Amino acid sequence: MNGLNDFLNMGGYAFYVWGSYGITLLVLAVNLVVPMINERKLLNDLARRARADRHSGGNL
Amino acid sequence: MWVWFHKLGSPPYFYRLSGRLMPWLGWSCALLLIAGLIGGLILSPPDYQQGDSVRIIYIHVPSAWMSMFIYMVMAVAAAIGLIWRIKISDVMITASAPIGASFTFIALVTGSLWGKPMWGTWWVWDARLTSELILLFLYFGYMALHTAIEDPRIAAKAGAILVLVGAVNIPIIHYSVEWWSTLHQGATVAKFDKPSIHLSMLIPLLLMAGAFKLFYVVNVLKRARCELLVRERRSAWVRELVS
Amino acid sequence: MNRITVSEACRAVIKRDLLLAFRHRSEIANPMLFFIIVTSIFPLAMRPDPELLRTIAPGVIWVAALLAGILSQERLFRSDYEDGSLEQLVLSPHPLSLLVLSKIVAHWLVTGLPLIVLAPLIGILFQLPAQDMPVLIITLVLGTPLLSLVGAIGTALIVGLSRGGVLLSLLVLPLYVPVLIFATGAVAAASVGLPVAGQLYILGALLVLSLTLAPLATAAALRISLS
Repeated sequence: MNGLNDFLNMGGYAFYVWGSYGITLLVLAVNLVVPMINERKLLNDLARRARADRHSGGNL
Repeated sequence: MWVWFHKLGSPPYFYRLSGRLMPWLGWSCALLLIAGLIGGLILSPPDYQQGDSVRIIYIHVPSAWMSMFIYMVMAVAAAIGLIWRIKISDVMITASAPIGASFTFIALVTGSLWGKPMWGTWWVWDARLTSELILLFLYFGYMALHTAIEDPRIAAKAGAILVLVGAVNIPIIHYSVEWWSTLHQGATVAKFDKPSIHLSMLIPLLLMAGAFKLFYVVNVLKRARCELLVRERRSAWVRELVS
Repeated sequence: MNRITVSEACRAVIKRDLLLAFRHRSEIANPMLFFIIVTSIFPLAMRPDPELLRTIAPGVIWVAALLAGILSQERLFRSDYEDGSLEQLVLSPHPLSLLVLSKIVAHWLVTGLPLIVLAPLIGILFQLPAQDMPVLIITLVLGTPLLSLVGAIGTALIVGLSRGGVLLSLLVLPLYVPVLIFATGAVAAASVGLPVAGQLYILGALLVLSLTLAPLATAAALRISLS
């Protein structure tokens, strides 16, 4: 348990070390999630248009 | 070899190839990241002077490296795009810029968080941080220019020129900021000099650098694929893909 | 039809730009007034303590010169773009980079040179001692053409945009950082008696580099913006 406490405490620098790692993880996570959401939206949108295309029987 | 290179410029081929590569790259990135985190946070020793706060180096230095590396990739892509008129290069530059800006931001924030316990202030005008700040402006400048110009072909070429002009300037800016910083070095001694790098610190550093690099590749491919789908949405291969 | 040589074309461009500038004298005055006003309000924002003013003088004068330079960049291509003569320039058989260089020369004569003349006066306002003035002037002589040259690249990239003004600052200020550092470094060094040759040589080298490369980049950017 002492080991875990020491680990979390980072020799008194907890705020700075965990802050750094935390912000990094946050920024990288945002960079991962935003394109994933965009891709999903985009593919749905394109699929929808393709269906509408087929129903209208046209060649847009 | 050149045939493959040109094939890479074809959107459907690029899309298929990147789709196949991404899972491998993604898992490798995750592995390296975990190894780097374990090495940096647990296995490597605390510094004799800076204590555990030295662990910030395992993020600060690799992200600074990435911020420069990504800009260089953008510059090479810009040159390729302008010389050989390959349209995918603009997609790559546009996809890389936000990632490069993110790493620059991370370098600045971690640099600040490293500096506060060491030097007592949230910001230090030392050479590396100041150069990173200017690099952030260069990234923002590219993104602002690219979004401001409406015609996508003009935006692509103008952006490419801006990236190249920036790339030529980066060594000059870096050198001038170094010189300026040595002039104004106050009473405080060595700044963010890497501590004489011991193997136990070098390994986590390189692991994190590798992880960040793979993260960039995975992320840029993902963004580039989205961008390609948008630009080529009327083409046959995209229609086939979505139906 | 007699062929016009490149040098004749360049001279014609310079003459035309100077003539147009002369006809719009009031327009020229604006960046100069901006320069004077911006430098003058600094002492009002701080204590007018002579020691303090002497210390911040090179920085303030140079930053004001930078900002005034960016303000004046607009007139390099904007009116020519709007009335179509820029397109004619791009289409002409003469090397565009040389024509662009001519425009930049005319632009500097009209915007940079006045700053060089005004700077010693501002220096007096900032209690800058007389022996530091020559170095200040030399840095401006070397630096203001640099500002015009590098600024032209940015201006050419956004010439097609209707509201590109603020964007120009974002694009171009990072590129100005080396000039700023070495110019103010030289004046600061001179004020404490340290050698300034190194900084001045670097400024000179940067100037030569820009003289060769900036017109090429500007010409490429113009072709792209007008395509």
